[in-house]
Amino acid sequence: MKILLKNGNIVFGDKVQKGDLVLENGKIAFAGGTYSDSTDKIYDVSGKMVLPGLIDMHTHLRDPGLEYKEDIISGSRSAVAGGFTAIACMPNTRPVLDNPALIAYIKYKSKENGLCKVLPIGTVTKGQKGEALAELRLMNDQGAVAFSDDGYPVSTAQMLRLALEYTKDFDGLIISHCEDRSLTDGGYVNEGKNASLAGLKGISRASEDVGTARDLIVANTMNARIHIAHVSTSGAVELIRYFKSKGVKVTAETCPQYFLATDKEILEFNTFAKVNPPLREESDNIAILEGIKDRTIDVLVTDHAPHHIDEKRVDFSEAAFGSIGLESAVGLNTRLIEKGILDWTGLAKLMSTNPAHILKLHETGEIKTGYTADITVIDPDIKYVFDAKKTFSKSHNSLFDGWKLKGKTTMTIIDGQVVYNNSIITPFGKD
Amino acid sequence: MSKLDLLGLKGVSKETITKILDGASEMKKILKSGKKKISLLEGKSVFLMFYEPSTRTSSSFDEAAKILGANTISLSVGSSSVKKGETLIDTAKTLDHMQADIIVIRHSVSGAPKLIADNVNASVINAGDGLHEHPTQSLLDMFTMREKWGDFSDKKIAIIGDIKHSRVARSNIWGLTAMGAKVTICAPATLMPMGWEAFPVTVAKTKQEAVKDADAIIGLRLQLERQDKGMFPSISEYFKYYGVEKSIIDLANKDVIIMHPGPVNRGAEIDTDSTDGIHSVINEQVTNGVAIRMSVLAYLTGKLDQLLKPVKRKVIPL
Repeated sequence: MKILLKNGNIVFGDKVQKGDLVLENGKIAFAGGTYSDSTDKIYDVSGKMVLPGLIDMHTHLRDPGLEYKEDIISGSRSAVAGGFTAIACMPNTRPVLDNPALIAYIKYKSKENGLCKVLPIGTVTKGQKGEALAELRLMNDQGAVAFSDDGYPVSTAQMLRLALEYTKDFDGLIISHCEDRSLTDGGYVNEGKNASLAGLKGISRASEDVGTARDLIVANTMNARIHIAHVSTSGAVELIRYFKSKGVKVTAETCPQYFLATDKEILEFNTFAKVNPPLREESDNIAILEGIKDRTIDVLVTDHAPHHIDEKRVDFSEAAFGSIGLESAVGLNTRLIEKGILDWTGLAKLMSTNPAHILKLHETGEIKTGYTADITVIDPDIKYVFDAKKTFSKSHNSLFDGWKLKGKTTMTIIDGQVVYNNSIITPFGKD
Repeated sequence: MSKLDLLGLKGVSKETITKILDGASEMKKILKSGKKKISLLEGKSVFLMFYEPSTRTSSSFDEAAKILGANTISLSVGSSSVKKGETLIDTAKTLDHMQADIIVIRHSVSGAPKLIADNVNASVINAGDGLHEHPTQSLLDMFTMREKWGDFSDKKIAIIGDIKHSRVARSNIWGLTAMGAKVTICAPATLMPMGWEAFPVTVAKTKQEAVKDADAIIGLRLQLERQDKGMFPSISEYFKYYGVEKSIIDLANKDVIIMHPGPVNRGAEIDTDSTDGIHSVINEQVTNGVAIRMSVLAYLTGKLDQLLKPVKRKVIPL
């Protein structure tokens, strides 16, 4: 099958160029300029941005065990509707993904779905208990793309040291959720004036900053790669910038909630605003935007965290932490372009090229002839109000419900197959 | 169908507060009369949902409602039964279906009364939610002050104690500021709210500074579990620097009133002599609590106007 995307604005590594894109046999056959040969199908994408397929390296699919919130299928549907050709799923499922059999399960389900590529992340420790390393190498060889105890920090600095050291033999990647649990001390919102006004228990920002410092120092000492998850504080941005300048092999990610929202959302006790790490303050937003601009932050993720409405329609202390994010990411991240923080090549880098590189996914993440035909087509101008109830996810707990967004995915192509086109999802092999 | 709730004092106008205080004046007459029963709320059902233990507040509401002739039903819901299954909203809706007119709720988590109020037809009164607000406590405090002073402008109130964890302090800050008074707070740093600049208050570093020219001193209960968490090292150290006792009473205005929401930890945040002394109005606060709650119940059911005959009021100077 040979398809032609005609006359789009193709986002290359270093420039945006109007032209044609041809995909054949699952690969990019032609990019840029005018294509004159015959093809099986032509899509007119004039006025649209044509990006390398977006990769979300931080989602929660809740499968196995918590399928009432989401499962691999519904999560993948939401992903392709959001423009994602690949998603990496966190292992805090039930049971957790701490062994090669469950890694294989994820890979199998992913293939069977015929939707986006689902890349499993394994736990760092057995049972995610923080007491002993999980079978990292077996999971790696089964296809795990990284390891994380996300939801929690790696229990101790010593455990992190062991994990970083052990994974060196196969260049495995630890993704760290940075937190000092003693400083968290049972809190669930950002400690600050809004927490005090609302009377909700605050978490000192020192919790994330101390956790980040700990992890970076250990990684530095072990001369190991490390990836910092969901950066939310100005302190964490500064630490990452500093350690990067010292040559530490650190990469970092953040989500729209940390550069577009603040803890004022908690003043009306909106439980959809309860996330982990918590929403911070404007000064943190500013620091993160700076960090994105100067590439201290390498990746934009969603931290898509689906929860059933029964888990949010309770009092604030009981409500589950998290917001869905797969279908609002594009419409929110374009604000970075509006604000002059990134241009389209930058956005492609942070949402595709860099995650591909960090997860060691080959021949993908860039529009280059010979690369995998994973493509995301975005209408950059469309303005709309985000309605979380209309998402393909099983859960609709979005912090951004009702927000005005600009930019939307119109087409998602995976391995040269059009899997999503204008609200219609067509899995592989089900044309 | 529009309904009135009382979830907090933040944003409540001076006019509304004044109306409720005026109502309490009338209610207090009934309370002190030989016959504590009128039919103002006859035929109304008032449900009390106390998820946190309470002696004075729940019985105060119960008595208030009964004096007004309402049906009162008390659910003693321990916080463990919340976790046993039924959600807060489901429990509240059940009361709605039992034709509740008013639900009075106390809960350990801030925002719980609002969660209920947004989901039921009954009027909701917040009897204390987490660290957030305790509006009827502040109203009775203000009523007590008004009985002594007449009006609030330029009055100085010092609130001393665990401000960080106090819903009483928060409601009083909003209420007193709305009425034109000035609030000063004083607490050890570990018991001060982060971002206190967001509150319209002055901060005093010492209790001596806090009570200078004070017309009222409110002592807040020292919760001993805060000591377990290391927020202050010992009761005697706390008392020395933040306890209400004679030396600071002497530094305040000579007619200063000593107040406390109760229950009192004698010797921790206030000593026995101050609790029982001539400046103390702590007992009067309890009486006023019933009167205020009678007034609030009447206000929310739209019956307060019936009670308040139009009176020629003294113009309150700005």
